[in-house]
Amino acid sequence: MNPAVPHPDGVSIRVRGLRKTLGGQEVLKGIDFDVRRGEIFVIMGPSGCGKTVLLKHLIGLLTPDAGEIWIEGEPIHSDGVLDRHRMAMVFQSGALLNSLTVGENVGLYLSEHRLKPPEEIARVVAEKLALVGLQDAADKMPGELSGGMKKRASIARALVSEPQLILYDEPTSELDPLMAVTVGEEILNLNRRMKVTSVVVTHDRDLAFGIGDRIALMSDGRILALGTPAEVRQTPHPLLREFLTASFQFQPAA
Amino acid sequence: MFDNLGQMLMLLWRTLRELGATWHQRRKVAEQLFEIGNASLLMACILSLFIGGVLALQTGPTLAERGLVSFLGQIVGLSMCRELAPVMMAVLIAGRIGSAMAAEIGSMTVYQEIDALKTMNISPVRYLVLPRLIAISVALPILVLFSVLVGWTGGALVASANYQIALSMEAYFNSLRSGVGLMDLLNGLAKSFVFALVIGIVSCQQGLSTIGGPRGIGRSVTKAVVNSIILILILDYFLTRVLMHLD
Ligand SMILES: Nc1ncnc2c1ncn2[C@@H]1O[C@H](COP(=O)(O)OP(=O)(O)OP(=O)(O)O)[C@@H](O)[C@H]1O
Ligand SMILES: [Mg+2]
Repeated sequence: MNPAVPHPDGVSIRVRGLRKTLGGQEVLKGIDFDVRRGEIFVIMGPSGCGKTVLLKHLIGLLTPDAGEIWIEGEPIHSDGVLDRHRMAMVFQSGALLNSLTVGENVGLYLSEHRLKPPEEIARVVAEKLALVGLQDAADKMPGELSGGMKKRASIARALVSEPQLILYDEPTSELDPLMAVTVGEEILNLNRRMKVTSVVVTHDRDLAFGIGDRIALMSDGRILALGTPAEVRQTPHPLLREFLTASFQFQPAA
Repeated sequence: MFDNLGQMLMLLWRTLRELGATWHQRRKVAEQLFEIGNASLLMACILSLFIGGVLALQTGPTLAERGLVSFLGQIVGLSMCRELAPVMMAVLIAGRIGSAMAAEIGSMTVYQEIDALKTMNISPVRYLVLPRLIAISVALPILVLFSVLVGWTGGALVASANYQIALSMEAYFNSLRSGVGLMDLLNGLAKSFVFALVIGIVSCQQGLSTIGGPRGIGRSVTKAVVNSIILILILDYFLTRVLMHLD
């Protein structure tokens, strides 16, 4: 297939030998993996192991020190790749623009690129906000939202560009269990309906095993295991076993 | 200190290349203009009134002793429009507006709002820097014009009220009119336009390169103001040199 023609569905990603040093510390120590078109690829791992840094490489916010990333077979830093393939990222903190209302945030992509007339934008914004259960929040400022609401607004904002690749950084942290399930289902729905490729970074084991087509377990800048949920569950690596099975044990006072 | 001079020039270049998008960003330009006016007009007024006044107070009695008091209007008029108004207003705006720009953009950097813009293919230069740079380079010359007028008035008030000077308003303004030309005024406005670019670019560049969480924002603000003022004073000398030749 001609790599210059964007794929209507999701995009594929290939990562080879990715290394990155930040602030004198090697954060990514040689990462290799492939994400297939239209799948949900989950990256799990302990806090601080480099998941967010990895995601930022996949959308071109950071440049690798060594190694290469291809989107649909094209090196990510060659001209126009990031323009041709629509990608969106849901940031860990939401990263809504504080000076705009929630509605303006969600519609920003459309209004700034002048893709639709204002009435049409308002309609799309309302639709996307309703999708994440925020239909009443359009006129609020981000400062008036809870952490979970910000995250959901951020998901709505990501959906507006009808992306071929969505990167989710901890989509369910700060959400109550019910909302976490709703968001998880929405990620799954979007993926199935629009064939969008999704990369989900999470600590949430339920989410990872519930929606992941494949799961990568990451620790200290390396991927230690990669496979289907069933395969990953069998991983022999002791650290990962601990990460996968650790649970809170309450010891009542005698 | 000016390790980021290259980055600043780069940012200026990138902003100038986006000039075509000004019309699309007009609402943000207007917002910024309003904010600048709102934050600085009253202060500029008070500052200029007293600068003009003190200038008359310092030079008036000496001139009067030597029988040269009729030149007072010219002296205050020229100092105000060629030097004091452009520099003092630039310092005021660096402190009032440059700091706010660095803080706002700095916090957007720290809280990943800039990253979010980039992932939406929205250029932070076009979206944030361009409207600010346009607004400040329109606002500062206007503010300087205003400051010059108020400063002249301040000088006139002191000249007529102070018993050692005792120069009538009419005589003061006659002297001013005969000694100050349109070129002198344009001279000051040209300076202030350059100063505006300096403040806008220094502050936005500091904001965009903020690192290290909320404390980094404070560092960026301080550096934006200090670097702006130093650059303004250095450039003022060289601009004065160059503009002298043009007269
Ligand atoms: N801009 C930066 N400068 C210096 N060090 C950084 C920078 N960004 C991240 N790091 C370091 O890289 C490591 C990985 O950070 P990252 O944010 O990717 O972790 P994470 O896996 O996303 O953790 P969490 O699950 O808590 O979000 C951390 O040790 C962090 O201190
Ligand atoms: Mg993270």
